[in-house]
Amino acid sequence: MTTFVSTITSRVRPAFAAINAKLQPVWDFLGQKAVKVPLATLGVLLLYALPILHLPLINTENSDFSGVLFTVGTYVLVAIGLNIVIGYAGLLDLGYVGFYAVGAYTVGVMTSEHATWPFFLALPLAVVVTMISGVMLGAPTLRVRGDYLAIVTMGFGEIIRIVARNTQWLGGAGGINSIPSPPDIGPEEGLFKIPHLSWEYGYPTLSGRETTFLHFGVLDATPYFWMVLTTIIIVIFADRLIKNSRVGRNWEATREDEDVAELMGVPTFRFKLLAFALGACIGGIAGSMYATRIGFINPPSFPLMLSLLFVAAVVIGGAGNRWGAILGAIIVAYLPERFREFADWRLFVFGIVLIAIVSFRTQGLFPGRAKRKALEAEKEAEMLEEEVENA
Amino acid sequence: MEFLLNNFTELTITGLVLGSVYALVALGYTLVYGVLQLINFAHSEVFMWGTYGVVWILMMLGVSGSATIGEAAGFLVIALIAAVLLSGGTALLVERVAYRRLVRQKAPTYIILISAIGASFVLSEAMGLREKIVGLFGLQQVLAPYVQNSRNTSIMPLEIKPQRVFEFAGYNVKDTEVLIIVSALIMMLVLDLFIRRTTFGRQIRAVAQDPEAASLMGANSTNVVRLTFLIGGIMAGVAATLYMIKVGATGFNVGFVLGVKAFTAAVLGGIGNLRGALLGGLLLGIAENYASGILGSEWRDVTAFALLVLVLLVRPSGLLGETLGRARA
Repeated sequence: MTTFVSTITSRVRPAFAAINAKLQPVWDFLGQKAVKVPLATLGVLLLYALPILHLPLINTENSDFSGVLFTVGTYVLVAIGLNIVIGYAGLLDLGYVGFYAVGAYTVGVMTSEHATWPFFLALPLAVVVTMISGVMLGAPTLRVRGDYLAIVTMGFGEIIRIVARNTQWLGGAGGINSIPSPPDIGPEEGLFKIPHLSWEYGYPTLSGRETTFLHFGVLDATPYFWMVLTTIIIVIFADRLIKNSRVGRNWEATREDEDVAELMGVPTFRFKLLAFALGACIGGIAGSMYATRIGFINPPSFPLMLSLLFVAAVVIGGAGNRWGAILGAIIVAYLPERFREFADWRLFVFGIVLIAIVSFRTQGLFPGRAKRKALEAEKEAEMLEEEVENA
Repeated sequence: MEFLLNNFTELTITGLVLGSVYALVALGYTLVYGVLQLINFAHSEVFMWGTYGVVWILMMLGVSGSATIGEAAGFLVIALIAAVLLSGGTALLVERVAYRRLVRQKAPTYIILISAIGASFVLSEAMGLREKIVGLFGLQQVLAPYVQNSRNTSIMPLEIKPQRVFEFAGYNVKDTEVLIIVSALIMMLVLDLFIRRTTFGRQIRAVAQDPEAASLMGANSTNVVRLTFLIGGIMAGVAATLYMIKVGATGFNVGFVLGVKAFTAAVLGGIGNLRGALLGGLLLGIAENYASGILGSEWRDVTAFALLVLVLLVRPSGLLGETLGRARA
């Protein structure tokens, strides 16, 4: 099995390298700022248009496509947040669903259970609350050894769920009902309506369905998708800024070797705590959006399995690389919806994929650039060493 | 509080019973951790497969109804053998598929942990989807009683009726409870002797202490790791049988919570320390019972997690310290 895989990779890799070399002018052309920015803008516009285009092949026939896109969006958001914790800071957090739940419950409590705040007011509060809960969880646990951390965080995820179940103030086992949708933006009848396309005959026609611009209804998930997509874009920009700053470098140093980082003057504990808090608040945002979209949350909505699926998303895509994590999230959330008939097999297949990926491609499908370079450098050093030995 | 005081003996004894099961499962964690310094996340599923070994073999034998321990002794021994075989086999499979390659490559801890999480998914979902998996081979009809309703609870076909043996401080102690505690203690004793007195045991201790030096001295570390997993699996099989005698039902998802508790027990006693696993298991079982006596049973599951966090913060090396290698020769 092992030799089989390695022969395949040894044959495929040079072929890919050759293709890549031929495409180099294309990459150079695309890399220019004058080309890159308009292209990226176009791509983003396409993403925004996805729920109304209903493109063939990627459209989901059996479930509402906008709803699926929204779910994928929340997973992507979660993956970006978890990537900060696992990928950048190197902390394996198996209780991430706890933060997701804290965000959702904050919104539930503030908009329905105990107050009638509008969603957009509850959202910042949810961010603050999840951040505080991240610090509260991180402060005691981040001092324990790495592999214990995984189990302790997992325990906390369960504690949050059980506490929610046993606390009447949080709705108990019944959960919180009738969480309102976010308030509509714009005039009563909506700014304008956008028709949906249908590809029934192989070419696009108007399907008769319309989305009222920025009206958050119960039936149409499209505005929710736009909301989550906008959030994702903002978070990606913030993530880029922070990754390329001193903070990001400190995280990387802490991840690679904590003792050395500490000796070099990095207050590792504080930076780990920061990663935890930032990751938590992004998870909280995703949870709040989930709550306002679904309108109903109860403790079983936040099972431990969800935590493990989130981790699977980040690891499959490649921890440390935000695009890898995003792709992992899309794989984990979208494929089971697209291929509904296999949805039952989801965890089973992910289990196999997890084992296969860490065994044969330890860095995930798309490792981060720094990691890739580090691997190449390591290989080069090995080759040099061999040469020295032979000489 | 009053409830706790009024039922103190009962809570203590049932806590010890539960704790014995935790302790046996905790051994699996502790052994693997002692040798590899890795958390065997899939161990809980090894236990879960063992419980199904009990259910299936009794179905196969066509047993039904209820009986006391004495009447069912023969069947229970057969069930024990089946559970041990299935658990041990599963543990070996986990070692081969999820661990060996990565351990040999000296992969980072969290990578191996993820691999073990993957194995845990596969094992528990394979049980939950067994109806469909069998269906792929067109065998649902043949195996129907074993696989139908695979996502629901499976009841043990033979119900064990507990019998009162003696009264202790106002509580009627039952024979099942005595059986569980005593068998757990015996298993622990046997294992302790095995690790301390036999060549295999010495090899395990040697590899735990220093894998490189051990292999230079002729201990085959791959074999030792395999043996460690096997022993953990066997203990999980015994635990599964005792669990089924007490609880009488299982499901594809029983592993997780029990696994976390057993892990807590291992950490509580000092992970990597065999006697620590026993102490931790018994303490955890009792603590859980007291806590649910004081706070109400809905808080039972929180106790283990809270205790785990507390131990890691206050005394990360557990009550008895955490070495398998330095276990007294």
